[in-house]
Amino acid sequence: MTSAIEVADLVVHRGARPVLHGLSCTIPEGSVTGLLGPSGSGKTTLMRAIVGVQLVRSGTVTVLGRPAGDAKLRSQIGYLTQAPSVYADLTVRENARYFAALYGLGQAEADAAVRDVGLAEAASQLVGNLSGGQRSRASLACAIVSKPKVLILDEPTVGQDPVLRDELWAQFRELAQHGSTLVVSSHVMDEANRCDRLLLIREGLLIADDTPAAVKASAGTEDLDQAFLTLIRRQGSGVPAPRATGETSEVPS
Amino acid sequence: MILLHTTGRILRQLRHDRRTVAMLVAVPTLLLTLLYFMYDSQPGVFDHIALIMLGVFPFIIMFLITSIAMLRERTTGTLERLLTTPLRKTDLLFGYGLAFGLAAAVQAGFASALAYLLLDLDTQGAAGYVVMIAVANAVLGMALGLLASAFAKTEFQAVQFMPVLAVPQLLLCGLFVPRELMAGWLQAISDVLPLTYAVEALQEVGAHAEPTGTMWRDFGIVAGAVVVALVAAAGTLRRRTP
Repeated sequence: MTSAIEVADLVVHRGARPVLHGLSCTIPEGSVTGLLGPSGSGKTTLMRAIVGVQLVRSGTVTVLGRPAGDAKLRSQIGYLTQAPSVYADLTVRENARYFAALYGLGQAEADAAVRDVGLAEAASQLVGNLSGGQRSRASLACAIVSKPKVLILDEPTVGQDPVLRDELWAQFRELAQHGSTLVVSSHVMDEANRCDRLLLIREGLLIADDTPAAVKASAGTEDLDQAFLTLIRRQGSGVPAPRATGETSEVPS
Repeated sequence: MILLHTTGRILRQLRHDRRTVAMLVAVPTLLLTLLYFMYDSQPGVFDHIALIMLGVFPFIIMFLITSIAMLRERTTGTLERLLTTPLRKTDLLFGYGLAFGLAAAVQAGFASALAYLLLDLDTQGAAGYVVMIAVANAVLGMALGLLASAFAKTEFQAVQFMPVLAVPQLLLCGLFVPRELMAGWLQAISDVLPLTYAVEALQEVGAHAEPTGTMWRDFGIVAGAVVVALVAAAGTLRRRTP
């Protein structure tokens, strides 16, 4: 499997604060990669670097064989920002049609994207009048409308009800099956289980980069929450963590 | 074409905001009516002031509207997202230019119609030139507003750029004190402010039946100032941010 995204020794400072300290990873084409980590760990910064909107101090980010942010990549990349970035004073449909037009696509594609995120009923409502969850789906529709080769989704399912979350994940999967590469950040561990690969970031360092099964196996637990706690402690103490599940029970959950 | 889609999007946003549209049309006409009654007893003064105001209102209003609209693009994240798409910076800037230029033409059309038809505004030159210069002024206000929004982090700051960038131009353009009577250093400042030329162009239309060379030169200077402000504004649109 070829890689869609390659990050090498990426160092990013935001203000005076170092956010990513020499992070390296490779994301395979046609996969769904989960980006996990506590708030402030550098997830959004890494995503911004992949999209090419983040000023980086050193290191390289290569997307589809080109440096991140390259003009030729702009038609091939979709980006969902964490806070919905759509026009509150336009309807859902108008937003989707505008973003579709930026990629040279027509109304049919825009309307399909609105349907895909479950907003067909609300298509003619102003985004400003929608609930928070609907608003973030309107933003998602604008990110997936071009069916980009690389799709960077910063917490796409926050505030969505479980049924809808399930449907959205089915669509992410479908996009990946059609060759798109998805990077999805999340706080929810049951979503991590749906990913092909997981990247766990903590304080700007990558502490896991593997399949969900391998992450669980290396931590010796079937529970991803527990697995991450174990990996974090192992990293923090510098000693191998206990393998037996009995011994991890002391970890507060 | 992305430019025209962007223009359409901005006009659609405006259309959903009915109150703003109503105010765009109503405010200049109401203010002109106020001037008309203020100068009721001084024949000729209304002609002088109303003509200049037809050019000044669009400048100020478009400055305010654009600086807030662009600030919103920045603070809501739509700007960052737009810059990750195939949209070029010029598509966005000229999209704003076309959309608000069109809105300004409607505004200037209504204001001029009222001034000429109901308030008996009298100019030697044709009303069409007044509208043309008013639209150029609106686009100038828009371009400066786009630029100013880069230096504002909040709406509070953005609206305060209006007195910083617009009021000095208004004070020094020759409306309050004829430029010849100003101190030399004030004249020098006045010489580099684009609104000075817009006002002079309007006065040319007021005084001459046919468009004069001075009017076309002044119009060209205003257009040049628009280009300079737009280029500077383009420089403030960064695809990569810290």
